[in-house]
Amino acid sequence: MTSLKQIMFFAGLLFSIASFPLQGAAKTDLVIGITQYPSTFHPNIDSMLAKSYVHGLTRRPITVMNAKWETVCLLCDTLPTLENGGAKLEKTPDGKDGIAVTYRIIDAAVWGDGTPVSADDVIFTWEVGKHKKSGVSSTEGYRRILSIDRIDDKTFTLHIDRRTFDYNNISTMGVLPAHLERPKFQNPEAYKTQTTFDTDPMNPGLFMGPYVMREAKTGSHMVFERNPKWWGKAPAFDRITVRVIENTTTLEANLLSGGIDMISGELGLNVDQALAFEKRHGRKFNILFKPGLIYEHIDLMLDNPVLGDRRVRQALMYAIDRDAISKRLFGGKQPVAHTSINPLDWVFAADVPTYALDLEKADALLNDAGWPKKADGMRANASGEPLRFEIMTTAGNRTRELVEQVLQSQWKAAGIDIRIRNEPARVFFGETVTKRKFDSMAMFAWISSPESVPRTTLHSEEIPTEANNWSGQNYTGFKNAEMDTLLEDIELELDREKRKQLWSRLQHIYASELPALPLYFRANSYILPKWLSGITPTGHQFPSTLWVEDWTVGK
Amino acid sequence: MSAFLIRRTVHSLIVLFVMSVVIYGLIGLMPGDPVDLMISADPNITSDDAARLRAIYGLDQPLWSRYVNWLGAAITDDFGYSRLYAQPVWQAIVPALSNTLILLISSLALALAIALPAGIFAATRPYSLADYGINLAAFAGISMPPFWLGILLILVFAVTLGWLPAGGTPDAAGVAGWWERLQFLILPVSALTIAGIGGHTRYMRASMIETLRQDYIRTARAKGLSESRVVLGHALRNAMIPVVTVIALDLGVLFSGALITESVFAYPGMGKLIYDAVMGNDYNLALVGLLMATALTLLGNLLADVAYAALDPRISYEDLDA
Repeated sequence: MTSLKQIMFFAGLLFSIASFPLQGAAKTDLVIGITQYPSTFHPNIDSMLAKSYVHGLTRRPITVMNAKWETVCLLCDTLPTLENGGAKLEKTPDGKDGIAVTYRIIDAAVWGDGTPVSADDVIFTWEVGKHKKSGVSSTEGYRRILSIDRIDDKTFTLHIDRRTFDYNNISTMGVLPAHLERPKFQNPEAYKTQTTFDTDPMNPGLFMGPYVMREAKTGSHMVFERNPKWWGKAPAFDRITVRVIENTTTLEANLLSGGIDMISGELGLNVDQALAFEKRHGRKFNILFKPGLIYEHIDLMLDNPVLGDRRVRQALMYAIDRDAISKRLFGGKQPVAHTSINPLDWVFAADVPTYALDLEKADALLNDAGWPKKADGMRANASGEPLRFEIMTTAGNRTRELVEQVLQSQWKAAGIDIRIRNEPARVFFGETVTKRKFDSMAMFAWISSPESVPRTTLHSEEIPTEANNWSGQNYTGFKNAEMDTLLEDIELELDREKRKQLWSRLQHIYASELPALPLYFRANSYILPKWLSGITPTGHQFPSTLWVEDWTVGK
Repeated sequence: MSAFLIRRTVHSLIVLFVMSVVIYGLIGLMPGDPVDLMISADPNITSDDAARLRAIYGLDQPLWSRYVNWLGAAITDDFGYSRLYAQPVWQAIVPALSNTLILLISSLALALAIALPAGIFAATRPYSLADYGINLAAFAGISMPPFWLGILLILVFAVTLGWLPAGGTPDAAGVAGWWERLQFLILPVSALTIAGIGGHTRYMRASMIETLRQDYIRTARAKGLSESRVVLGHALRNAMIPVVTVIALDLGVLFSGALITESVFAYPGMGKLIYDAVMGNDYNLALVGLLMATALTLLGNLLADVAYAALDPRISYEDLDA
């Protein structure tokens, strides 16, 4: 027995020594856990949060939205505005209202191989972006640029075909290194498979951020080391490893065993998982919750004659207690949504109609709409048809399924019969929602950005039909002439105060017409070691890694 | 024997061709396409962009036309480009394949090294205390869900004891890399091994008990041979025949079915690759991944047939050659 104990002791000692580097990562190294691996490293092909997250370590956009939700320069030296003369109103060649916006790239900005980041890079990026066969996912921003004037090596002027309020925001343009990518673009059709970002992703010339990528193991991890040519504030860590662990239980176990130092908020645990983690291990970590722009809601099928009645839609809202859902299921970390506009957005209108739980109002509205309660407490119309709806969401999404069950029981208390029929995400998004095949209610989320005009979800021209090949995202079938006008006017209104009034009207229409039932805004949960500080969650699509040079190691 | 092998290879190629048609068709008939997935991740994609992207990726063509194009290219050794991994399909598959083969061979070898002796030991002492003990352990292994076992191993050896990494693959190179790699392998291999031991032990035990009842075993014992000689020299070869069939089938199942283990241990292998490819509508990658699983199952069966001949001299493929 003694010898068995000795063997066990030495085996344990051996393993402990062997695994020491995994547990005791020095503070010059940081290991981050995320749940997704990027499909491509090309900044403008296939939008993906995992890619944005790691590009935050290695690249800088020309402009970006900061943690205060303001557009700022990262690669340019001054944000051009009409006020400072950087932007000038002009007419387009065909006589329409256009605008010219001039940017100057920071003089010291160079790629990781020492080549200066230049106006030529921007012009090349635009050429790739607007090319129909380059494989760039979203070309709208590039197509709006009519031409680019090269003023000097570092200065360029964009001539844009319309005057939109976000004229100086070019954050979606991921600048490409022309000296590496131009030869690959000789055959535009083959560009998406031959880009240096995927054929030679460790090439330092692809990066102009604080770090360069040194290793990328598909589906497993990426390793980043200091960029010796970085021109900004020096970051605290010599080396950052981003480990991809999709299973959140394993992600937690890695954190607890020292395999990773932190879990990213952008791609980590759900709020309910983070709350449970906080209860068990909260003392050992700093846990931050940041509500963001992911808007959870229920799209209503307005072609359904029952849901076409606004009184029924409003009664559905009065019959549910979203405040209780937020507090009890999410510890109050995911705020109740009143419209699709987040309260953190400057255009948010605080005076929109809200719907706290009020069963009396729900009762009155439903009675008025012809749905009185029967003896069994459930509602039916004069023909005896029950007030019954089918709610659908993505099967296997634990949080949504839980919310669905709570809503079902709350609506039952108001006499409304709800049937749950969930589908795998592939079927739900690939067929049911996109082809408007849901009968009554579809619960899912929209990803948005600050002051994003919800044209694709609310404009009557965006209703998917077979005739338009199911394009558009107005799945509810909402048609409102005033809303259409507002959606068109907001984008072109440059005056902030006037624009805010238009936004306010849009939110009032949304909250009173209720094309969708607003539920809550999802929050990101950051689980950080006590010794790490300086991470500022943004709450929008620009990840915290864009400010990695502000991350510091405490005592 | 050689004619038999050639005939089986031709049959396998026909099966692979039919499977490629079926798999491509099934994936193509699933709702949605890759562009739908892109739209859900990027609200800035307009309907014009969607139409343009469908044309670029050939998704505007009928399914049969896409398959014919793929097949034509595959014959010239071009298996297409993986949209999910932004690299040629083979480049995406090779690292995952090597990871899976390491996991599969290690766990299968370990499982067999433990299960076969345990099954034989139990069969030679039926209904003894040792037999009951081995059966109990085997049933425990069979009944334990792999995801639960995986999490249990992580909690004990990674979180509580801190001896081993909780999952993933190492980023060190050279000798240190191999040592680290071994550490990262211990838990997933253990989980798969424990899950595999139970079944193989039961098969071995049942097959050996059946064989030990045969007349020729009684004859061998009557000749005065020692029990170990009877069991290992006479019974084992025959008892192995049904077990070999099960092992051969296991190859294909382990290849594509280690998904749960790979997922729990964040181990980038073929199971996970195929799952992601199917869910992400990456036709080329899913097709080649599933075809490889099919090919491995066919190869396993072929090896089993060859093993039958080696194990039992009465089985011969010579007459088939004639």
